[in-house]
Amino acid sequence: MTTVIAPRRKRLVNLRNFPFFTSISYFVFFILYVPLALVIAYSFNENRTAQIWTKFSTRWYTDVFHNTDVVRSLKNSLIVGSAATVLSTILAIAAALGLLRMGRKGSTFAIGLLGAPLIIPEIVSAVGTLGFFLFVGIPLGHFGLILAHTAFCVPFAMLPIRARLVALDRSSFEAAADLGANEWKIFTWITMPLLAPGIMAGALLAFAISLDDFITSFFIAGPGSTTLPVYIFGMIRSNVTPAINALSTLLLLVSGLTLILSYTLSSRTQDRK
Amino acid sequence: MTLDLSLPTTHDDSQAPGKTSKWLAVVPMAFLSMTVAIPLIIIFVYSFLARPSLGAGVVWKFDPTHYVKIFIQDRLDGTRSFDTRYLKVIWNSFLYSGITTIATLVLAIPVALWIATRDPRKRVLLVFLVTLPFWTSILIRTYAITELLDEKGVLGKIATAVGYNGHFQILYTPTATILGLIYTFLPFMILPIYSSAERFDFRFAEAGYDLGARKMTVLFRIVLPQIAPGVMAGVALVFIPGLGSFLQPDMLGGGKTNMIANVVANNYGQARNWPFGSALSVLLCVITLIATLMLSVAARKRKASRS
Repeated sequence: MTTVIAPRRKRLVNLRNFPFFTSISYFVFFILYVPLALVIAYSFNENRTAQIWTKFSTRWYTDVFHNTDVVRSLKNSLIVGSAATVLSTILAIAAALGLLRMGRKGSTFAIGLLGAPLIIPEIVSAVGTLGFFLFVGIPLGHFGLILAHTAFCVPFAMLPIRARLVALDRSSFEAAADLGANEWKIFTWITMPLLAPGIMAGALLAFAISLDDFITSFFIAGPGSTTLPVYIFGMIRSNVTPAINALSTLLLLVSGLTLILSYTLSSRTQDRK
Repeated sequence: MTLDLSLPTTHDDSQAPGKTSKWLAVVPMAFLSMTVAIPLIIIFVYSFLARPSLGAGVVWKFDPTHYVKIFIQDRLDGTRSFDTRYLKVIWNSFLYSGITTIATLVLAIPVALWIATRDPRKRVLLVFLVTLPFWTSILIRTYAITELLDEKGVLGKIATAVGYNGHFQILYTPTATILGLIYTFLPFMILPIYSSAERFDFRFAEAGYDLGARKMTVLFRIVLPQIAPGVMAGVALVFIPGLGSFLQPDMLGGGKTNMIANVVANNYGQARNWPFGSALSVLLCVITLIATLMLSVAARKRKASRS
């Protein structure tokens, strides 16, 4: 591969490009971002009809921040999201560590169960959870939402934790054991600190997933525990105001920031490997 | 960052990271049994119960007719007839999800290969640009599509500008639903194919050219078979959740282009027929399960035939 004769080099340079792939790629990135860019642009339009541009204004953001329903549902989303993040991350750590010591059959079953929320259609688990809560008498409120969100956040929180755990350099444990550390010391002083970036990345993903969830929350949020996406859905259905664009932009911003954080943590995970 | 949960497991107890035991996994597994498995059992039980004469919920009386009602309609005059309404909904789910899978596949293969052949630094940025929509709310992304397709919106204006005089109406049609599905599912197809393409050794392609193959021959005979695992994963990640789509047909189809999930939601909502909604949920689960099994069998067969 190192020595290439001059006339053939020219051919090798574009060998990796297939016809139209570059233009298709530009097109795909364009269509991925145009709708989002439109929402962001419309959110700064002063006009009540969002599609007709009059002038730049932040009035819809003022609207959003003064809307007590928005603030309340945002608060609900944050309460549910942070509780579900903490719980699902703890469960995911336990699951990831436990899986490490399981036999092939056991871990296949465990991964199937732990990953089930990714395969079961969300609408089915949503109405099932509604039936379950009414059946055992769990009221439709924050507690129920936290339970349900925790469940579908576990597989997402587990992804980076497991990736990190499997990639850990085992010699640190051997060294610690050789120096006389007991099992518990190894866990708290070696395993957890090494696992930390994976745990953080997992927690952030869980938070993003909980914050964005619509279908489950739509069915099991009671009147007092409406989350932000459920409120936005109602807003879109009833009265389309450009405030939705402002709200969507804010939500995109939060998702984007969470992802960037999670991304930096995961890539650091891979660098250290 | 794909949804592949099947990372290599180490079955090596000797150097395990400190205080761990397989019993640690019992707590999360018990929790998921409660919050995921029990609701599924409840749906299954509800689908065989009767509906109350008033309001929502179920009556604890055995009634297996809901499954029959998916296909057969009781007329007011007491006669029975074959009912195609729900069959059409099931067909729509397959059709829309299938079209979405094919369309995202056609777009994602070039994009994944294109990203995989950029230089590494640019690659990180490009993968991030695909991942960002992957993690943002489907609600917001679907709403963004309604803005785009609105007759007063950008596309409508472009249509008028290029001389289209008719009524510009894409929103609230099956086309809008499909476009929305393609838009929201595209990243789910690109990412797994990319993770396969990234590992592909392009020297194989170069060898193909050296032996005189044309571009398309190299693409179809050398590159595609090598990235097939990623393609399979992408198809699974698009087609299976696609079958259970709710938001895209709800917001873009305007209630006219129902998929199974919309009918389930309606029966748990306004129609207040929980047992029938449960029967449809069971059906959706069975369809999902069959699709999952078929895809995994296909993946295994492919693997077996190559080794």
